[in-house]
Amino acid sequence: MIRFDSVSKSYPKQNRPALREVSLEIVRGEFVFLVGSSGSGKSTFLRLILREERASQGRVHVLGKDLARLSNWKVPQMRRQLGTVFQDFRLLTNKTVGENVAFALEVIGKSRGQIRKTVPEVLDLVGLGGKGDRMPGELSGGEQQRVAIARAFANRPMLLIADEPTGNLDPQTSVGIMKLLDRINRTGTTVVMATHDQQIVDQMRKRVVELEMGRLVRDQTRGVYGYQH
Amino acid sequence: MRAQFVLSEIGVGLRRNLTMTFAVIVSVALSLALAGGSLLAREQVNTMKGYWYDKVQVSIYLCNKNDASSDPNCAKGAVTEPQKKKIKNELDEMNVVDKVYYESSDAAYKHYKKQFKDSPLADSLTPDQMQESYRVKLNDPTKYQVLQTAFSGREGVQEVQDQRSLLENLFNLLNGMNIAALCVMALMLVVALLLIVNTVRVSAFSRRRETGIMRLVGASSFYIQMPFILEAAIAGLIGAGLACVLLLGAKYFLIDSWLAEKIVLINFIGWDAVIKVLPFVVAVGVLMPAVAAFFTLRKYLRV
Repeated sequence: MIRFDSVSKSYPKQNRPALREVSLEIVRGEFVFLVGSSGSGKSTFLRLILREERASQGRVHVLGKDLARLSNWKVPQMRRQLGTVFQDFRLLTNKTVGENVAFALEVIGKSRGQIRKTVPEVLDLVGLGGKGDRMPGELSGGEQQRVAIARAFANRPMLLIADEPTGNLDPQTSVGIMKLLDRINRTGTTVVMATHDQQIVDQMRKRVVELEMGRLVRDQTRGVYGYQH
Repeated sequence: MRAQFVLSEIGVGLRRNLTMTFAVIVSVALSLALAGGSLLAREQVNTMKGYWYDKVQVSIYLCNKNDASSDPNCAKGAVTEPQKKKIKNELDEMNVVDKVYYESSDAAYKHYKKQFKDSPLADSLTPDQMQESYRVKLNDPTKYQVLQTAFSGREGVQEVQDQRSLLENLFNLLNGMNIAALCVMALMLVVALLLIVNTVRVSAFSRRRETGIMRLVGASSFYIQMPFILEAAIAGLIGAGLACVLLLGAKYFLIDSWLAEKIVLINFIGWDAVIKVLPFVVAVGVLMPAVAAFFTLRKYLRV
């Protein structure tokens, strides 16, 4: 599903590379936590998967494709098979919940009939059944994140990338979101989630990958947030 | 591609940037009107030049039978064959002469008809009223005097005319105006381009949330860019439409209703010349903003 072969990434005008020689493989159906302090390279790692950046060295394969060899105009096609969720939700505040989900389907050219069928389905799935006509501003943070997850999942992606999806939410709401992500994972979607939330990682007991100063320092199946001291 | 979606995006974009869009429309309209105007001025010069202007410098008009009564130079009647032969031989022997063309009265009539086809003057003459002439190309255009002294006043010759002295001043004036119009047009074009670039940039910035999400969910860059490009093209199209109205208005009010009334002897450009310019104006008006928008977006809307 995702394979990194000794991948390094340095940004211009920065001495220290953001990622150094990271090698790792994530297979279909896995749930992976990506942990590490700020500046450890988590975001760069995710941006490489989304091909917002290209690796300086090494190879990144996502969904069986070598991203270095993927031409620019094929990138959108690749991204349609990924879902993305962010800490700040990134909803369109002037569109209703349903329209937000529909927008994502519209812009990749889905037919109207398909959209009409998919939107309520996926809103039901994330627990927002019947709230399609509400505006995002009227919803709580947790509900807004559910909308974002619904949007990311609407196209049934093989892979869901989540960048601190619970970063803005209180612990109780976060648990709800994690349950949802877990459910999505059980449908066969691979989930890669960057997080700072120790409680969640410790509770879920999934694979944990830790980055530190751009290096991969830990890769544990059924791991916890930090080393036990 | 969902047309309705794209159209609503364009509508929103144009309304959001109403003042900028207006500025784009006006600057495109003015620069295109000037561009079209300068094309028409060139067309006007070509219309006035007639058949011989670029080929020869000096025309030697020969008397025809009608001139005998009206013109003292032709008091002895129409030019005779031996006179013509003599003139031709002498011209051939002069070393300032590069080439000599003979224009029969029939040919003269044809050229005249062609040049004044849009003018009421065209119907006022018959072929036998036209003069025969020798049209002379000189090695050195300034040596007109040599021919003047050699042939004027000779029997059978009505007039030796320096073609250039007649129209040169007018053409210089027109060319000067043309260059001025092109300079102003170039400046307006730069203004229009900068306005378009800026409008697209503001538009892309105010919609960065939408475009960011579009990118994330895998909308093609064509799909993301299309509303912006069409927005610019539509503003350009409206500008081009205004430019066309300006050009047609200039033809109708300035040339037909005013200049043509005052100056009867000059043959002005016709409607066909104006209409021929319009597709060019519209094409540039649509393509230029679209291309400018496209290149602006390459910078501000990364995939």
